[in-house]
Amino acid sequence: MSRIEKRFAQLKADKRAGLVTYITAGDPDAEISYQILKGLPAAGADLIELGMPFTDPMADGPSIQLAGQRALKAGMTVDKTFDMVRRFRKETGDNDTPILLMGYYNLIYQRGPEKFCKDAAAAGVDGFILVDLPPEEADELKPHATANGLDTVLLTAPTTDDVRLPAVLKFASGFVYFVSVLGITGTKSATEEAVRTHVERIKRHTRLPVGVGFGIRTPEQAAAVARHADAAVVGTAIIDHVKAGLDDKGKAKPELVPGVFAYIKALADGVRGVRKA
Amino acid sequence: MSSTPNSYRIGPDERGHFGIFGGRYVAETLMPLILDLEKAYNEAKADPQFQGELKYLLTQYAGRPSPLYFAQRLTEKLGGAKIYLKRDELNHTGSHKINNVLGQVLLAKRMGKTRVIAETGAGQHGVATATVCALFDIPCVVFMGSVDVDRQAPNVARMKMLGAEVRPVTAGASTLKDAMNEALRDWVATCENTFYCIGTVAGPHPYPAMVRDFQCVIGDEVRKQMMEAEGRLPDTLVACIGGGSNAMGLFHPFLDDPTVRIFGVEAAGRGLDTEEHAASLTGGRPGVLHGNRTYLLQDREGQITEAHSISAGLDYPGIGPEHSWLKETGRVEYVSATDDEAVEAFQLLCKLEGIIPALESSHAVAYAAKLAPTLPKDNLLVINLSGRGDKDVPQIAERLGMKI
Ligand SMILES: Cc1ncc(COP(=O)(O)O)c(C=O)c1O
Repeated sequence: MSRIEKRFAQLKADKRAGLVTYITAGDPDAEISYQILKGLPAAGADLIELGMPFTDPMADGPSIQLAGQRALKAGMTVDKTFDMVRRFRKETGDNDTPILLMGYYNLIYQRGPEKFCKDAAAAGVDGFILVDLPPEEADELKPHATANGLDTVLLTAPTTDDVRLPAVLKFASGFVYFVSVLGITGTKSATEEAVRTHVERIKRHTRLPVGVGFGIRTPEQAAAVARHADAAVVGTAIIDHVKAGLDDKGKAKPELVPGVFAYIKALADGVRGVRKA
Repeated sequence: MSSTPNSYRIGPDERGHFGIFGGRYVAETLMPLILDLEKAYNEAKADPQFQGELKYLLTQYAGRPSPLYFAQRLTEKLGGAKIYLKRDELNHTGSHKINNVLGQVLLAKRMGKTRVIAETGAGQHGVATATVCALFDIPCVVFMGSVDVDRQAPNVARMKMLGAEVRPVTAGASTLKDAMNEALRDWVATCENTFYCIGTVAGPHPYPAMVRDFQCVIGDEVRKQMMEAEGRLPDTLVACIGGGSNAMGLFHPFLDDPTVRIFGVEAAGRGLDTEEHAASLTGGRPGVLHGNRTYLLQDREGQITEAHSISAGLDYPGIGPEHSWLKETGRVEYVSATDDEAVEAFQLLCKLEGIIPALESSHAVAYAAKLAPTLPKDNLLVINLSGRGDKDVPQIAERLGMKI
């Protein structure tokens, strides 16, 4: 069983949904970003998405775009992202919390899918969520991911209808990520009713857990998603808390890291307050 | 280099690949829409009524066919090949972009879309899209890098007069790449009612093939016109390359004629030995951006680097995937011209032929001016004059220190 599968099995046994937290690796700099990463499980994150900054994040709104620019400006690279994960596994001894790399395919393609997967697995990464790699193009990566024990979490959207879903699910492992709104990150939020309908629909096609993201900002919204899905994913709102902790010169103020953790704790309380069957 | 295919004109395959290039690297939200678009386009392509309406508009509205003009003074001055200019700058709206936009907006209408978005660099594609949307009474939003908004001010005013909304984009270097990112972001949120009218042979499949098909009217006409004028095919074709649509439109109908030598001219900016150029085939490597795999200017990790060209329409770190494939097969020769060479060619054409070319097209003229003297006098050389330079007049005047 992969770490992701184990984590979802545990959540099921605990009769609750999980909280998936997104941060951009290297935002605002490598060290602060690592301090955040290190404390995420204690703050209440059940799974971690680590964004790989990219110059042209086509599916991201202004918050995550700017986070990526901050990280790149501070010198973030793919190797340093792997280092963060390696250090996390070593220093915290946490071998249970799954870490997924999120981002755009070009960074993987340049290193070569095979080498990228080897390096990622060796660093302690558990899988990928790649925004611009639909199932139609996933066959170049999938065999190497599988060979290295990495899950490929594919995205589904409101536009992914019942005819198309099986084609997406064929390449999916770990969990299925439902993008709950039409749009880029950090813009709109879905209604609870829409989340319920889509999650039920996806579950008719797969036994994989379903995580729901895009537009979740408050503990109440996280709880609403937790009532229907196996996990709630929060990204932009966390990044906004990172940004709020920066001074005029873009340097981290002392309250940045604790501020992020306090916010994540509130989200986690929202998610954990929902008892599941 | 791969082995020679039987035909250079059969691509892409059913997944939108030209060799290893092309494909559909887009967010899942867009994938079903792109599959719909492909289906709708294939149906339209085979529908005589659609083709008839397009032909009518190309003729009566855009003014096609554009002339194939023997540039006698330019030929005499350069003292080599016999030079013809394909006058696509005479089209309504002033460039080849209208050929593609008429096709795509007709398709948008056919698909029941109620809003059209576009990205633009030089503003020519934006103006063409604003124009055709005015004609069909469809709301239109054009994304344009803020640097380009400044250097192509006349076109911004035109778009606004035509009723389009121009949204300046300030991300990145604030040029064409960033405008395309922003258009894609809009599209993810609005795809149910919005048609994304891409201005060049790039983006996810089916765009590279579809835009090429709409632009092939250029090469098809040249074939016929050259037969009428000279009784044979041209020997040499030269076109500038931003994303590569005017070039592909001219080249594609001749790809399987081995006697025709074909040159695509990229923008060398301040020189290929500097970092300030836009020559993705010469200076880049294959990568994935904006929905397809193609040659890109990028760093070792795969971060996209900024392009530079004096010409806003060529200032893009990528290129259409079919060009990447044609480079690797060796069928087309990809060369470049610098900012300075383009400005010189711009002036040359003004003074010798009384034609003010777009800065983009001036790159093609610049390379042809180097090539022509090396060729025999019976070599028939066609330069694609993809656009007129009215939009560039303020920028060139300033560069040349002219008071206007
Ligand atoms: C006149 C003209 N020529 C060429 C181009 C470059 O585009 P493409 O390479 O797609 O023809 C542009 C783009 O703005 C243009 O305006």
